[in-house]
Amino acid sequence: MSGAGRVEDLLRELAPQVLGALVRRHGQFDLCEDAVQEAMLAAAVQWPRAGVPEHPRGWLVTVASRRMTDQVRAERARRRREETVAARTPADALVAPGPDADLPSAADDTLTLLFLCCHPALSPASQVALTLRAVGGLTTAEVAAAFLVPEATMAQRISRAKQTIKAAGARFAPPPVEERADRLRVVLQVLYLIFNEGYAASSGPDLQRAELTTEAIRLARELHRLLPDGGEVAGLLALMLLTDARRPARTLPDGSLVPLASQDRSRWDAAAIAEGVALVTATLARAPIGPYQLQAAIAAVHDEAARAEDTDWPQILVLYELLERLAPSPVVTLNHAVALAMVRGPRAGLDLLATLDDDGRLAGHHRLDAVRAHLLELAGDPAGAREHYRAAARRTTSLPEQRYLEGRAGRLEP
Amino acid sequence: MKYVVLIYSNPATWGALPAGEADRVIRVHNDLIDELTGSGEFLNIYRLAHADNARTVALRDGVPAVTDGPFGESKEVLASLWEIDVEGLDRALEIAGVLTPYATVEVRPLMDAAGMEM
Repeated sequence: MSGAGRVEDLLRELAPQVLGALVRRHGQFDLCEDAVQEAMLAAAVQWPRAGVPEHPRGWLVTVASRRMTDQVRAERARRRREETVAARTPADALVAPGPDADLPSAADDTLTLLFLCCHPALSPASQVALTLRAVGGLTTAEVAAAFLVPEATMAQRISRAKQTIKAAGARFAPPPVEERADRLRVVLQVLYLIFNEGYAASSGPDLQRAELTTEAIRLARELHRLLPDGGEVAGLLALMLLTDARRPARTLPDGSLVPLASQDRSRWDAAAIAEGVALVTATLARAPIGPYQLQAAIAAVHDEAARAEDTDWPQILVLYELLERLAPSPVVTLNHAVALAMVRGPRAGLDLLATLDDDGRLAGHHRLDAVRAHLLELAGDPAGAREHYRAAARRTTSLPEQRYLEGRAGRLEP
Repeated sequence: MKYVVLIYSNPATWGALPAGEADRVIRVHNDLIDELTGSGEFLNIYRLAHADNARTVALRDGVPAVTDGPFGESKEVLASLWEIDVEGLDRALEIAGVLTPYATVEVRPLMDAAGMEM
């Protein structure tokens, strides 16, 4: 790996630790977050040229602390001018910390930061942006590029998110015990959102976005390390690994999508599959069962089939039945219908889909049309299938999905 | 989710507004741009020159032919185009609603180069 690449990895790893150390020392999460971002940018420029300092973490804490003091002084000076308050002694006394003085609590800090960045007062888009910057150590420019928005827009989003957290009265402390489970659920959702954003984009003109899967897996790994007993944390990490393992086979070089049944399985990442399967197997054996573990188990059954026709659909059906009871949603029902069709025939699947028409939440959604088209095709109704493939193609806002759905419809032309 | 908000208006209607009323509507638009910039939802705006400057190109007898103005009969013409990135359609429609005085507003999602295999 290049020197710059090593520096970048190191900075990403240190970012939450440095921020945690700073916030515990100075309070004021919003100012500290800016100061750490500036220190990271300074390091990204200096370290590849001058070499990584002996104590990189201490270096970053010191540089960020200086920026912080500058900011606080400037703020005090401004207030003095405005309020003509008698001058106070600037409480600087900022001693450079020992190299790793704050290290014992670095792990707790990362966790606290994750909870703070995924604060329920924020919109999902803001949670994602703030998590990537403050915990993931990405620059504003990198986050902006990943979401295909101007850097100024992303900077504004991050700054607004920090204001919202402040206004909500959130402090840099672990959430109260009684809120912890709910807050952890939000953290997992945010990591899964980051993963999906990158996974959907793993080809074509936006490869930058694809790096988000790597980042999401890195953060999930870190979270799993911090909370080894969290069954759903392990479940989410396993789900990511087992899904990402198929990435090399899910698109063709021209960016077109390959459905699971037609993927070249020799291109799947065997090491990621082995890790994911081991993780989900161990977790299911000891932790209370949860939706991410079930989805990981389903992904594992798919990944373990050497050929599409070897897929253990009865096993997948059982898992979807469990998932539907544990965490019912229209999307789960949609996937459940596919499994049901594979075990009991396409008509059984279509009957289950019909329940979604009355539900309304997926009405007009392209996925409902796409699945119905697929099941109608299996049921020997090419005209009906064609009609629903076309409807799905009109409704999707994804170019490769549209191309795929048009292609399926075209193959069924009389 | 990214959307474009297309604002159609009739230049004759605009031209006939009393000065204070036109200023008020422009202020509403500018305040909305400030709000969306502050919330990180605003991506871009394109303000179109008067439709007198438009040229329409279409095939005639197999050859591209140029005519003045936008499509023939309609009195309402595209006046500006906003690009926004918002939580979902409801929010996009809420924004469009603010822009409706003296205009018809069309909201369209933008296509994404990303997608999921099925």
